[in-house]
Amino acid sequence: MSFNRTEVRWRERLRHPLWLLCALLALVPTADAQITIRITRSSESAQPVAVVPFAGSADLPVDLADIVAADLERSGVFKPMPVTEMPDRPSEFSAIKFEDWRRLNMDSLVIGSIATTAPDRYEISFRVVNVIQGNQIAGYRMPATAANLRHTAHRIADVVFEQLTGKKGAFATRIAYVTVDRDNGVKRYRLLVADIDGANARTLLESPQPIMSPDWAPDGERIAYVSFENRNSAIYVQDVPTGNRQVVASGEGINSSPAFSPDGRRLAMTLSRDGNPEIYVRDLDSGQLQRLTADPAIDTEASWSPDGRRLAFTSDRGGGPQIYLMDYPSGQVRRVTFDKGSYNARPRFAPDGDMLALVHQNDGGYRIAVLGLKDDSFRILSNSKLDESPSFAPNGQMILYATDGVLGTELAAVSVNGRVRQRLAVPYGEVREPAWGPFRE
Amino acid sequence: MKAMHKFGFGVLLLAGLVALAGCGSSAKKTTGAVVEDRSISRDEMNDIDGQRATTQGIRDADAAGTTMLDGESDGSLSVRTIYFEYDSSNIREEYRRVVEAHANALASRPSQVITLEGHADERGSREYNLALGERRAQAVRRQMVLLGAAAGQIRVVSFGEERPANDGSNEEAYALNRRVEIKY
Repeated sequence: MSFNRTEVRWRERLRHPLWLLCALLALVPTADAQITIRITRSSESAQPVAVVPFAGSADLPVDLADIVAADLERSGVFKPMPVTEMPDRPSEFSAIKFEDWRRLNMDSLVIGSIATTAPDRYEISFRVVNVIQGNQIAGYRMPATAANLRHTAHRIADVVFEQLTGKKGAFATRIAYVTVDRDNGVKRYRLLVADIDGANARTLLESPQPIMSPDWAPDGERIAYVSFENRNSAIYVQDVPTGNRQVVASGEGINSSPAFSPDGRRLAMTLSRDGNPEIYVRDLDSGQLQRLTADPAIDTEASWSPDGRRLAFTSDRGGGPQIYLMDYPSGQVRRVTFDKGSYNARPRFAPDGDMLALVHQNDGGYRIAVLGLKDDSFRILSNSKLDESPSFAPNGQMILYATDGVLGTELAAVSVNGRVRQRLAVPYGEVREPAWGPFRE
Repeated sequence: MKAMHKFGFGVLLLAGLVALAGCGSSAKKTTGAVVEDRSISRDEMNDIDGQRATTQGIRDADAAGTTMLDGESDGSLSVRTIYFEYDSSNIREEYRRVVEAHANALASRPSQVITLEGHADERGSREYNLALGERRAQAVRRQMVLLGAAAGQIRVVSFGEERPANDGSNEEAYALNRRVEIKY
């Protein structure tokens, strides 16, 4: 398949009225597919913090402080104080009565205010305050519009998180996931993108045939995925803001496991066009296709290291599925899972490049585990029977994955240290194959 | 088992006709759909009838297909699903005759093209299961080619664990889902 043909197909699609409908659908939030999040396990060492309602926010459609507090709580690192228990609601540093807060064993405060600068335009000022020392850690001013207020709240949470922990926050990011529901017994598959708290869920693709393996481009503007809409697996790359898409691989056999390179210019993928599932890399600019593996076994599920110089993948060349690392582009391969049971698959590199998340079979169940590449450390992080599809937060603090829930598959998140767990579910149907998007600038 | 297949075939024939009759007014199916899908698929027909484990559809209802079924004395040709053990693509002894019957049918009708759909159960990772499903379908294809079918007559598609015949999460469901469906 050449890229010229792809372009022709794309022009054909543009002419089709359904395609216009698709573009419109991409802009319509689908509240019914919105995820709700339940924290199932908090860290015992969660730090107290009080996010005081921002002055001037009473008339706003969203409660900024509430969103910030919810983000911090979901991280598992913080235990926000309920607004009703706050002794006071200061919005200026000078108005803080430190004695009152210290008496309540409060460590940190977030205070702020919102000014309306023009219709639907705001300026948000906020401060992060150390209650124990009685000083300001950081103060910021952020412009916002009515349309991006929620996003701005997540960015505030990112700043607070970084100021208080030294680690970058990942609240202003998005996730992609696949939902499945039944309409009169017929399954409907949807690929959605939502904010990390489940808000602003939007449908990118809807199909009567399965959708799988979403993967974000590092720019957060494109998503690659596998769709069976033409009765065989095919890889597409879709532009998130416009809904436009291209077929990247639709040949004979399997077309699966797309993985953007860290520079976003190449796509690793699994194709069986030569008779057996092998890993290939396509240069998205030139269309050039390079085959990376040549083994009669299954080679699939490639994940790039953050520096783009290695690929982790699953292969059963040793008899059962295990994880291998390939130097790119030299192609040299070594196995990395030894003495870790009979089933290890679907590796994903941590953002620091030193760790892999993977699916590990243990006691008859399939669990999410992390493998340290430098020290061979191994930790099983999940405890259900059918856990799969691990995806790292861009700050490396949490892993999102799919697990078995009451209504079928739902999503869960676990901190890399195993101390914090959450469940994410849609009101009906199944939700699966989460992919945590990159940082947004 | 044999009787069930025949029963399923009849019911699906009916379902196919019902689906065809509704074709002209089936615009609701595509309303709001992103993916263009003008034809009603065999799978959807199966869905309509709730007979997902049986794998025949409207395209089997032509005269040629009926002749083939009648021409096979032991009914092996009417078996359209081959089941597999966990993590295995070995064709079990009980399916040898089935594969042989289909290979013979292909050999005697060089213009006939079939699709082998490989499937896996839901355990383990999805992309790896997609590869497992293909491996199963390829195993059946190789066997058919050895028995006289031409390679070009057999198309292989894998759905991995994405299209289970049974939505359950138990051994019984898994056994029904590890399969290759033979589609004429």
